[in-house]
Amino acid sequence: MFLINCPYCGERDQSEFSAGGEAHIIRPKQPTELSDDQWAEYLFMRKNIKGVQFERWNHAHGCRKWFNMVRDTSNDKIHAVYKMGEKPPIK
Amino acid sequence: MKNKYSIFSLIKNAFSYHENWQRAWRDPEPKKEYDAIIIGGGGHGLATAFYLAKKHNMTNIAVVEKSWIGGGNTGRNTTIIRSNYLWDASAGLYDHALKIWEGLSQELNYNVMFSQRGVMNLAHNLQDVRDLKRRTHANRLNGIDAVWLNTEEVKKFCPIINTSPDIRYPVLGGTLQKRAGTARHDAVAWGYARGADAMGVDIIQNCEVKGIKRNGDRVEGIETTRGFIKTKKIGVVAAGHSSVIANMADLKLPLESKPLQALVSEPVKPIIDTVVMSNAVHAYVSQSDKGELVIGAGTDAYVSYTQRGSHDVVEGTLKAILELYPIFSRMKMLRQWGGIVDICPDASPIISKTHIKGLYFNCGWGTGGFKATPGSGDLFAHTIANDEPHKLNADFNINRFVSGDLVDEHGAAAVAH
Repeated sequence: MFLINCPYCGERDQSEFSAGGEAHIIRPKQPTELSDDQWAEYLFMRKNIKGVQFERWNHAHGCRKWFNMVRDTSNDKIHAVYKMGEKPPIK
Repeated sequence: MKNKYSIFSLIKNAFSYHENWQRAWRDPEPKKEYDAIIIGGGGHGLATAFYLAKKHNMTNIAVVEKSWIGGGNTGRNTTIIRSNYLWDASAGLYDHALKIWEGLSQELNYNVMFSQRGVMNLAHNLQDVRDLKRRTHANRLNGIDAVWLNTEEVKKFCPIINTSPDIRYPVLGGTLQKRAGTARHDAVAWGYARGADAMGVDIIQNCEVKGIKRNGDRVEGIETTRGFIKTKKIGVVAAGHSSVIANMADLKLPLESKPLQALVSEPVKPIIDTVVMSNAVHAYVSQSDKGELVIGAGTDAYVSYTQRGSHDVVEGTLKAILELYPIFSRMKMLRQWGGIVDICPDASPIISKTHIKGLYFNCGWGTGGFKATPGSGDLFAHTIANDEPHKLNADFNINRFVSGDLVDEHGAAAVAH
């Protein structure tokens, strides 16, 4: 329950957005060459951090654009919002 | 030795105004070393310790809990117990638990108030009807009681349900598991704690784990807020915080932790004597012995460790409740809370050893762990004591995410996870 500052539309209620999980997981370039362990790592294994997490969100009931967000999962405070393809503004 | 609870002990203590009851478990200082340590003093962790001591003679063990026992998801769930799962592996796992529930109060000498009031799952569209009928057949093939009820039979079993055909999600029928029901969640934690303590298990509260010490590929002990404790075997039963503990051992799990909400109404006279769940509209309701309606909502879609959750999730659930039970339209909700549930990609738990020797995980129960508490403890104790899974939890190993042999219970398990 929080407000999200969509980089395209401005501040909206979180219920307008859908969460896309952990960000910056890179899709393998050569999927056929991956071992089962590497596939499992890509598909299923997550950091699931308690603290500052980088994640993807989609403004599903708005502009429908994807973007990235830095949020503290221990208190839902949002530290930064940035567009897809941009470098994270904080480490 | 603990005093046995009975009608005679009750009468005896009545003469001293109930002021001389023995405390139910000790408050020990942590020892320097244990044969095994369970991280997490919820129902599953305490049950694991109880069965390690009772069935595997491992009494030099400890349960460490960062706050007080039973204060996490054990005290936050909606207390529903059932075993009507679709797949054979899940049916085996959950019915094993249900069978233990049936004798648990006697086994623990502690009244867990297990009430087999039945659990009814509603169907609202043709696909629901097909899925639920299929599950009924699958349950019966696995020896689990299940019956299909048509709309009239649903109405007869629970008269306050609105079975009008012109509501948004009309009731087209439902399944009923009569052996299913509810139990008093706190009593489960307290009963297991008392039983484990009586056999010598140290239950150490206010002791948060800060690190896991490893020597190569084996564990050596845990760093806690009350000092270092040496051990060769660590069983992690930390629910929503499983990933936090796993990260301490440089292990990644296929889990996401999300808030799951529940709420209770003001207490009223008995109005609903069973548990009714609806997958399609995601609402389930039962009535506690105090008279409160106990209502379960869904999970938030994002990772969060805040034990609260979003308002729109509760709103959606209450809309569904109101359409199914117009009689509740003037009920006031008294309390609302959230618990952090650890959800696996296949909505089935992990009860498994890991590639690190001596490190075991019991996690991923997601939104439905309470019902499995006794069975989970029993099977996890077996896994820790023998360093091998029991045949009932062999399919719930951590390697299934590598092999692809998942136990996909999304939706199949009678309610969405």
